[in-house]
Amino acid sequence: MSATPTRPPSWTGRVREAAVEALPPEKLLPDTQPTYVASWIYVFGVASIAALVVIIASGCILALKGPAWWHYTGVGHFFNSIHLWAVELFFFVMVVHLWGKYWMAAWRGGRTRVWITGAVTFLVAIPCALTGYVSQQNFDAQWIATQAKDGLNSVGVGAFFNVTNFGQMYSYHVLLLPATVVALVVAHVLLVRRHGVVPPFALEDRAAASGAASTERDATLAIAEGPSAAADGPSS
Amino acid sequence: MQANTSRLVVSPVGVLGAVFNLNHPAHVVEWHFIQLSVANIIVIGLMILVFVLAIVLPFPGAARRRGGSS
Amino acid sequence: MSLLGRLRSHDDTKPWTGAYAPYDLVKELCIAIGVIALLAILLTVLFSSPDEKPSTIAQWSRQQPVNFVAAAARELDSTSPTATYGPPYNHNGEGQHIAFIYLQKWLGVSHPIDTANDFVIDPLRTIPNDPTLQSAIAQYLAAPEKTQKAWGEAYAKPLEEYETANEEKKTPPKTVALDPTTGAVTVQASGAGPVPTMMSSLLALAKSGGLDGSLLTSNQFFQTDYTKPLLFMADGGLLSERAEGQHLLGKQWGMMNETGSYPGQTWLWLYTLWYQVEPFKASSNADILVMLVMSALSLALICIPFIPGIRSIPRKIPIYRLIWKEHYRAQQGV
Repeated sequence: MSATPTRPPSWTGRVREAAVEALPPEKLLPDTQPTYVASWIYVFGVASIAALVVIIASGCILALKGPAWWHYTGVGHFFNSIHLWAVELFFFVMVVHLWGKYWMAAWRGGRTRVWITGAVTFLVAIPCALTGYVSQQNFDAQWIATQAKDGLNSVGVGAFFNVTNFGQMYSYHVLLLPATVVALVVAHVLLVRRHGVVPPFALEDRAAASGAASTERDATLAIAEGPSAAADGPSS
Repeated sequence: MQANTSRLVVSPVGVLGAVFNLNHPAHVVEWHFIQLSVANIIVIGLMILVFVLAIVLPFPGAARRRGGSS
Repeated sequence: MSLLGRLRSHDDTKPWTGAYAPYDLVKELCIAIGVIALLAILLTVLFSSPDEKPSTIAQWSRQQPVNFVAAAARELDSTSPTATYGPPYNHNGEGQHIAFIYLQKWLGVSHPIDTANDFVIDPLRTIPNDPTLQSAIAQYLAAPEKTQKAWGEAYAKPLEEYETANEEKKTPPKTVALDPTTGAVTVQASGAGPVPTMMSSLLALAKSGGLDGSLLTSNQFFQTDYTKPLLFMADGGLLSERAEGQHLLGKQWGMMNETGSYPGQTWLWLYTLWYQVEPFKASSNADILVMLVMSALSLALICIPFIPGIRSIPRKIPIYRLIWKEHYRAQQGV
């Protein structure tokens, strides 16, 4: 009989043990994936992270020279363009990722928090983009700010989030909202690592759930899988 | 004096190096009450196309997965 | 079945106990970063990005002097959209509401703007060496409110008629004259008191660029808050005229659009769609109604795993069969 493990007395030790228990190294950085991870739809999650990396990298370069730089130098305009197109790509791949995850019902098997963190990331990315648009210091920024203020004022948010206040919007855009997006993405990815990629629907369960009579093929499949299903087959 | 609205005004380095100049008023498609710019329609269309291709096209490494172990 | 039973998911997804295959996540991330970066650079080289110069009050006053003077008169009279906006700028309106919910009013005035003083009188006071103007200001401020209102209305009426005639493409009335060389606006209005003198001086200050600076740095030297100059400009016609040319107006689904022919914010399609349909389209509370609907839908998006019916659609419409086709084929082979 093994001895009861003693809890480390220090906070550091307890945090370390909790972290390692939740995500041992081979779970945090696995070099295998279940064989059902076999579709191009799976690359859109990592593509979203990649787009976020490019957004932040180009944003850092814009931040190095300040918000007016890109208006009067070709190099500045070049990096502003990369930043803008990376944002378009980010929303593009993130929404395709969202569609894929919905049609996989990827919240199954205790993965509700994965879905929630992902949806919240999308919803936080929208005001993050808005603060960028109103920080452009050009006509587009003027128009978007004077329009968006009405929606925000109508629900009282305008009382503390003033889209016509460039200084405030720039601070939200460069620091507060990207930090929030990154924190949410980190939580989202750690949860995916913890729970694994959602397994496929089991075909025989689909036939039962829809109440339809099984096709001959499905029946054959069910019979073929029956004895071995408990050993190695997923079911949902 | 700034130009009026019928001509876009961009910064001096606005389209430096751009192969295609998109700094002209957008073409808009109107269908019933829906109004979408051509650029946005292209983006939305591409998203749908990419999604369909992503779930239809085969993913490389099938042989490696067939030889996978538990 | 009880309500809780219906809400509870029938999910019995079991952990995968099947086969694994090598999959290099770090390499995948590096490749993805490379591909996305290259795509962004390619799009940059092909299309660059838009950068339309911002409008200034100086430009507005030069390009649309009558519109500027009309807007300024409304600011002095406290009848402009900003003056009557309500919170967070002033108490001259209740703002939008749904039933008894007045969020705009409840959150209060956090950015006080008194349009008469902030947009007109204080900037005029900064003009030196003009005893006629300073005397006009003194006369205006000394008059009772009723008299100020009467002066304002007398001055605004010919300007409104002029603007309406222009909009309807009719011959404008002769009570408003625009000097094409100097850009000066002369309004024939009896009973307007010192208002014409004040408005002429404000127009001249605006054309010189002094009003842009004055509105921005009125509180302190270092300033990053453009609320005052932006709200003043938004009360006029220049910004909306430029926006209309760029398909950025609300009725043009402008929330989704970018200047020029660039793709815009396609992810805002549902936000802008509501504004095009009733009851939102004609409602004076359209913004709070749309925000409420979108908040509910956003919450629903987050809570899809808990919503019966919506969470079952992926199982009923078998798009998953395409995604996991290799897995199902392998199962059939077994």
